[in-house]
Amino acid sequence: MGPLVPYIFSNEFSLVIALLSGIGFGFALEQAGFSSTKKLVGLFYGYDFTVLKVFFTAGVTAMIGVLLLSHFGFLDLNLIYVNPTFLWSALVGGAIMGLGFVIGGFCPGTSVCAAAIGKIDGLAFVFGSAIGIIIFAEAYPFFETIYLAENWGPVLMNEMLGMSKLAFAFLLTAIAFLAFYFTHKIEDKVSKRQSNFSKKKIIVYISGISLAFITLVLITITPSKEEVIAQKIEDPKIQQNIIFNEVDSDALAFEIANNYYKINVIDVRSPEEYEAYHLPMAINIPFEELGNREWHKVFTQNLKANYFYADDESLVRKTYVWASYLGNSENFILTENSKTFKEKFSTDIKMPNEDLKSEMQIYNYRKDLIIKMNILTESLKNLSAPIKVKEVKIQGGC
Amino acid sequence: MKSKAYMNPYLAGLILGLVLLGTIYITGRGLGASGAVKSVALSSIVELAPEHTANTTYLKEFSETHDGPLKDWLVWEVIGVVIGAFFSGVLSNRVGLQLERGAKVSEVTRIGTAILGGLLFGLGSQLGRGCTSGSALSGMGVMSFGGIITMLAIFGSAYAFAYFFRNLWLK
Repeated sequence: MGPLVPYIFSNEFSLVIALLSGIGFGFALEQAGFSSTKKLVGLFYGYDFTVLKVFFTAGVTAMIGVLLLSHFGFLDLNLIYVNPTFLWSALVGGAIMGLGFVIGGFCPGTSVCAAAIGKIDGLAFVFGSAIGIIIFAEAYPFFETIYLAENWGPVLMNEMLGMSKLAFAFLLTAIAFLAFYFTHKIEDKVSKRQSNFSKKKIIVYISGISLAFITLVLITITPSKEEVIAQKIEDPKIQQNIIFNEVDSDALAFEIANNYYKINVIDVRSPEEYEAYHLPMAINIPFEELGNREWHKVFTQNLKANYFYADDESLVRKTYVWASYLGNSENFILTENSKTFKEKFSTDIKMPNEDLKSEMQIYNYRKDLIIKMNILTESLKNLSAPIKVKEVKIQGGC
Repeated sequence: MKSKAYMNPYLAGLILGLVLLGTIYITGRGLGASGAVKSVALSSIVELAPEHTANTTYLKEFSETHDGPLKDWLVWEVIGVVIGAFFSGVLSNRVGLQLERGAKVSEVTRIGTAILGGLLFGLGSQLGRGCTSGSALSGMGVMSFGGIITMLAIFGSAYAFAYFFRNLWLK
């Protein structure tokens, strides 16, 4: 599941991706004609709307792609960088940039493209932007108030408009296509041309528009991967048909005491409940956070068996169904709740009457496990503590 | 030899959109440009004037959070932009030293306005936390409110000022 950095690719490797992305970026910009100021400023004088066409097509393509990838569970939208909104600096900064655009005829990305193919004005623009950035850095105290004002955090456009992501995607796509149509009309008027579209071109454009909308409709009407799993979890039929691997406290305690390196004991209750009491060696993955990226590996690995427990049986069963749909791990549930486990394996369990042989056996069995588990908890407690490194000083004469 | 015509804008947009999508999928972040200029420009100052850096809040913060331009994602991306654009220029026969300017504009004026425009854009991009690529384009891809209003502000302001600078561009 994406993004692949840093979970699959290292941060260093992402620099290679940066280079490759940049090559694609530069190629597309230059091919579109963004290395020419005349083409760029045409937007502001109505004779050439290439910028708008390229820009909107790219934005809409990426937006629909992002929605599609997340719909099929390939991309975790919670991990994507969303530019934070600082209202005033965005508006004032944008206005200054617009002025710079119409005077200089470039924006930073396009000026680099222009410079790359030998345009001196492009190089001058890059030089100017470096100066502008340095001025900002030097005069930062002057800008600070407006720079930091109205920090709204990474809010999304659809949230601001009070609509769903998909509704906004439909809206933006429709706006883009309308803009393409009308700017074309304006271009015709300003440059006094009569444009004729070949049949083939019309077919291509109509398929492009249809493809965008069909994709959006498909995302709307088909359930997402998350929804499918959530539905299965809630479905009582599936809950009945699935075979649950069940263990009781005695069996789980035995596993913890003897095979702790082969199992994950997973507490799916809330962090507060976990803090108050949890089983020895247990880790806490609250039910609501099961889908989080950081736990993904726990469910997809097949080296350790997962043992789930909570105080609510239906919660454990839901987790089990969820885990069995998600990955390959071997899963078990504890049929008893944490309270029962605590009672059975507290350090001060009472010794039963000597005559009850079977109870005595249980007592000895549990007592033995309690001691083992205590030793384990004690000795593994330091596992997460930082390692103390002895400083070795190299002493040498000269 | 005559240079080739530019690519169909929608096709170029589609390619650009797919590049952006791929970048978001792999790295979780969008494209950018002004950040690379920032990294190089400010890192040079930090190197050249360490004392001055220590006395300037913004530079000090920058030097503490950056490992130098060669470890900066955006710097590598912009190196890629140079390569990609050059490759495209060679392919379409558009490479060569030239200065593009409006009919009424002298060469000196053009270089001056390019520097001035760059200066304003650079300054604005720092205030607005990103330029047309990083804020507007990538912002649109992930539906960022800040990115989209920055885009509206850039183009709105450019339209508002266009009339006053028409002599720079129109015949």
